[in-house]
Amino acid sequence: MVPVSAYVMVSAILFVTGLIGVLVRRNFIIVMMSVEIMLNAANINLVAIAYHLDSVAGQIMALFVIAIAAGEAAVGLAIIIVVFRGKLATNVDQINLLKW
Amino acid sequence: MYELIVTLIPLFPLLAVLANGLNVLAGYRYSHDIAHRLAWGSILLSFLCSVWVLGQTLAHPDPRTVIVYRWFFGGDLTVNFGFLIDPLTCIMLLVVTGVGFLIHVYSVGYMQGEDGFTRFFVYMNLFMVSMLLLVMGNNYVVLFIGWEGVGLCSYLLIGYYYDRVSAAQAATKAFVVNRIGDAGFLMAIFLIFAHLGTVDYLDVFARAATLDQTATTAIALCLLIGAIGKSAQLPLYTWLPDAMEGPTPVSALIHAATMVTAGVYMIVRNHAIYDLAPDALLLVGVIGAVTALFAATIALVQTDIKRVLAYSTVSQLGLMFLACGVGAYTAAIFHLVTHAFFKALLFLSAGSVIHALSGEQDIRKMGGLWDKIPKTHGVFLIGTAAIAGVPFLSGWWSKDEILGHAFTQGHYVLWALGATAAFCTAFYMSRLLYLTFYGESRLDHEVAHHLHESPTVMIAPLLVLALLSVVGGLIGVIPGGLENGWFHQFLRPVIHAATGNGAAHDELAYVLMGVTTVIGVAGWLLAHYFYKLKPEQPDLLMNRMRGAYTLLLNKYWVDEAYDNAFVEPGKALGRGCDRVDQAGIDRAVVAVEQVTDLSGAGSTWIEKHVIYSGLNVVGYGNHLAARLLRRLQSGLVHHYAAILVGGFVVLVNLIALFLWFQGL
Repeated sequence: MVPVSAYVMVSAILFVTGLIGVLVRRNFIIVMMSVEIMLNAANINLVAIAYHLDSVAGQIMALFVIAIAAGEAAVGLAIIIVVFRGKLATNVDQINLLKW
Repeated sequence: MYELIVTLIPLFPLLAVLANGLNVLAGYRYSHDIAHRLAWGSILLSFLCSVWVLGQTLAHPDPRTVIVYRWFFGGDLTVNFGFLIDPLTCIMLLVVTGVGFLIHVYSVGYMQGEDGFTRFFVYMNLFMVSMLLLVMGNNYVVLFIGWEGVGLCSYLLIGYYYDRVSAAQAATKAFVVNRIGDAGFLMAIFLIFAHLGTVDYLDVFARAATLDQTATTAIALCLLIGAIGKSAQLPLYTWLPDAMEGPTPVSALIHAATMVTAGVYMIVRNHAIYDLAPDALLLVGVIGAVTALFAATIALVQTDIKRVLAYSTVSQLGLMFLACGVGAYTAAIFHLVTHAFFKALLFLSAGSVIHALSGEQDIRKMGGLWDKIPKTHGVFLIGTAAIAGVPFLSGWWSKDEILGHAFTQGHYVLWALGATAAFCTAFYMSRLLYLTFYGESRLDHEVAHHLHESPTVMIAPLLVLALLSVVGGLIGVIPGGLENGWFHQFLRPVIHAATGNGAAHDELAYVLMGVTTVIGVAGWLLAHYFYKLKPEQPDLLMNRMRGAYTLLLNKYWVDEAYDNAFVEPGKALGRGCDRVDQAGIDRAVVAVEQVTDLSGAGSTWIEKHVIYSGLNVVGYGNHLAARLLRRLQSGLVHHYAAILVGGFVVLVNLIALFLWFQGL
């Protein structure tokens, strides 16, 4: 029987890995992948706690997150393609459109 | 079936009004020919329906009520839009639609080529609708619709040539003077409802006897005011002579044959009330007799062919009022019918004369026309004979009946006034005839050059009316003899009041007929002497009696007196109000405006120097803060992510700190 704290620990490690990926990597696609890692860390956390509490609510929430992650990936990749066509860049620090 | 046909009588002209009215509004989609056919065709259909209704009424003379729909109601009041068909209504229907039809046909010829030809027929048909509602209504409210409707159409048609100032003024005068009478009539309706709680004729007449004497007299007097206004009696007669500004068919239809007799019809319709108010009834007779003589004397010296006929109409209406006043209601309606025939004839043939003379109306510029326009001359002669009282013509029968009743009821003064009026009538009508058709021609050269007889479409109605003027009186003597003719027998169910005992005074009646005949013939002979045998005589007489002549020529200065008594004070009041307006109210308004101006300037200064500076401080502050804070926004995603993470860490630490302080 694996204790629930182990799952939470794995989830925390994954989350920090994704967070660091988002903060330090410059490639757009890697950043997207890091975001996916963070979402999945959250999913592991949800499922583990749901099992521990004997409730299905967390598992259903995880399904929603997966669905939203799929949509987010589609929109994110589309944005990357549009930006690439316009500026021939895939590095996030070459793109500073998100300001006033 | 019966209900449908009764409803169709006013509906036909109404449809023609709608069709022709829409045609005018839509910019003449069809020609004048179709418009006038619709106009007189609808009246012809109404006439045929009226004849059918007459047939039904002859079989069943009891009053029949036809309710079209319940119009409005509330509390104790229920007003139906309904018609009452009894012998009196039948007689009025036949006169209105029959004479109306002939005048419509005549108008087709008379109005040919006038501007607004279709408009004329729209107004005429609208008048017919209103007049039919007036005579058919089964309660006072429907009567009132018709009453106001005919007044409106009278106004519109008098002012038909609205670009002529005199016509516009005459129309306004007719409308305003009628308004006085209408106010009285309206008060009568209110009084009737207040005392009896109903406005239906049959209910009112059935319960009239339960009223106290004061209420009955008040109602009768208020009704009388209405009748005086509409039928142009003293003192409200002044609008009728001026109404001659309208086209001649209008004068014939509205101001001779139908609308002005509405007052007489209304009094006869309400005779159940008048029989209970003998004082008011006597006043009706006195007003009628005085008006008859008063208007007849004015007519003696007038020089406009239509104005002579207008004063003659006022005078004849006075005779009808006289008949009502002495309780001879049947005689009043009888004279109404014969008068409709011969006065319509006289007006239309006068119109034919005017038509022939290219618009000339002054009889001093006529004369010697009898062989130039022989047909018009013939019918005018018949009309003059009928009104002057030549034996066995229509006017003779009805006028004698009225005067006979006045005498046998013991109203000798009223009889004397009426007989004098009859003498004057014979005189001025034959004077009109002589000056227009006989003697030397006094025509302008230009007018004489264009002299022409009227077209057949105008002559044919005149011939029909002439025939009616000759034989129309016989309905009052055949088959039962004097005052027991078909007409009297037919009306007897409606007018059950005792109107003199004819049989007891048979010999007296014949004597009186002889007297009035002599009076009429004397008037004619005097005119013959003055205007045929000794044409210089009138001028001599005029010089000798200059005062009386001037008095009559200026119509007793009644118009001037009314002007000074009512119109000028009204205008002065208006000018006074204007002065108060300018001196008082306008100044006050200007003062308020100046105060507002000043306070506006003050508040502008405060705004500029106090409020704006306060606002500017806020504005500059925001600007400065924004300049600092915008540095945070680099546009680079990983900066934002770092700030997000940093913020999250700070938040978590704050919560932890908070919980630690709570002691958890």
